[in-house]
Amino acid sequence: MFQESTTFQMFLEQANDWQVPLHNVFLDYEVTVSKRPRKVLWEMMRSRIDVMQTSINEGLSKPQNSRSGLIRGDANLMQGWIDSGHSLLDPLFSKIIASALAVAEVNACMGRIVAAPTAGSCGVLPSVLITLAHHKKINEDELIGAFFTAGGIGIVIEQRASLSGAAGGCQAEVGSASAMAAGGLVEMLGGSPDQVGHAISFALTNVMGLICDPVLGLVEVPCAKRNVLGAVNAVACAEMALSGQKSIFSADAIIETMGKVGRKLPEEFRETAKGGIATIPLPDKF
Amino acid sequence: MGILDVIGPIMVGPSSSHTAGACRIGLFAKKLLGQRAISANFFLHGSFSATGEGHGTPLALLAGLMGWSPEDTRIQNAMKIANKSGLDYKFSAQDLGNVHPNSVMIQLKGKSNKVEVCASSIGGGQISVWSIDGFAVELNGENPTLLVSCPDRRGLIASISSIIAEAQISIAAMKVHRNIFTGKNMMTIELDNMPPLSIIDSINNLTNIDMVRLISSVFSGT
Ligand code: SF4
Repeated sequence: MFQESTTFQMFLEQANDWQVPLHNVFLDYEVTVSKRPRKVLWEMMRSRIDVMQTSINEGLSKPQNSRSGLIRGDANLMQGWIDSGHSLLDPLFSKIIASALAVAEVNACMGRIVAAPTAGSCGVLPSVLITLAHHKKINEDELIGAFFTAGGIGIVIEQRASLSGAAGGCQAEVGSASAMAAGGLVEMLGGSPDQVGHAISFALTNVMGLICDPVLGLVEVPCAKRNVLGAVNAVACAEMALSGQKSIFSADAIIETMGKVGRKLPEEFRETAKGGIATIPLPDKF
Repeated sequence: MGILDVIGPIMVGPSSSHTAGACRIGLFAKKLLGQRAISANFFLHGSFSATGEGHGTPLALLAGLMGWSPEDTRIQNAMKIANKSGLDYKFSAQDLGNVHPNSVMIQLKGKSNKVEVCASSIGGGQISVWSIDGFAVELNGENPTLLVSCPDRRGLIASISSIIAEAQISIAAMKVHRNIFTGKNMMTIELDNMPPLSIIDSINNLTNIDMVRLISSVFSGT
């Protein structure tokens, strides 16, 4: 039923033919691939979301300090800023930023997270989907559905491009997470499967070419802040798609292009810590 | 790869390949040894030795050896706990040749068993075990796996498969690896389900079997 090489178009057509949300089609795919019953898969996703929520809370409430000293509790700092009423825009927006930092910092400090799609980019999906689900009073099942849509988008990207910074740069990690979150968010907020596709295109286009340049080779700087980029971009792209804006190019075309760009990135820009900000000499205290 | 691999695994940070994958490699080695490890010698290759320290790779490998899964929050204290348990371990850098940058060779000794395993962490917490006791193998740790080492003797494969069939278990993949110098075979049999432990004795009772090990999945749960 499912071809070797998956396209987003394939899932999109099925969702449109059957008049169901994309997550139904992705869930069918997962049942076929994993040979696990629907209910088990649903519960596995639920427990992943629980872990994500715990990492958000942990990073916001306790300063996360990494062994290298590169991460110093910035999520917690930002929570204080929000609490004192300083948010630039709506505090909800600051909450998304702080949550993305929180999860990424917990990861850097060897706390428990859910790789989504990778550990380096683990802050994007929880900060966008969980935070907005709470705010919009979305019920848990709809949130779980949105995560299946996000994961399904990840499958397509994995098969047609890459999800790994070592293979495709940060566009493949944080960029993919951003596209996954944008698509999941569109569905969660009632957008159509076509709008999910537009959101994916917007999100990946915006990060096209983003390099992977981890300082000291550690998943700390720029990674934590890049998660914020991924989250904020996801929200903006979902909102553009929901407002009716359409991408000129299909999600598949953009995904493939991201893959091509990734393969052309010189090795210095693919997780080797030999390029980009990883080459700036560190101040003495580190 | 499925959706729950893309959104997953649940793991302790910071890196799915340097931490979660490393932990699974340690866990695989522990299961392969089949008893408590007394001493462990780790040879870290490529990026495992270059940036492994900062990613907690040694901690994760030790955690796996102690039987913990990648989501275990004790991983950050794995060294302390391993020290307390009296495990004698050593880490060194070694070039293992033209292999994946995230690779390690582990030599383990238990009370009566010893084993040498080489494996790579190939991304997203997935692993590839490519050598066991000098035999080139190809395992990913996902399925319960039987390892049988025996002389190159006709009919043995048939006898072993019928024991597995009797246990009502399907074989997902079976490979025979030959060492031309010793005339020994290593069979790796990946199974759909975990068979009863008694299967080890049943296979051991066949003539000329040198070693049988049953390794459960290193992916259980998450
Ligand atoms: S910079 Fe590299 S290691 Fe850091 S999040 Fe991006 S892809 Fe991952």
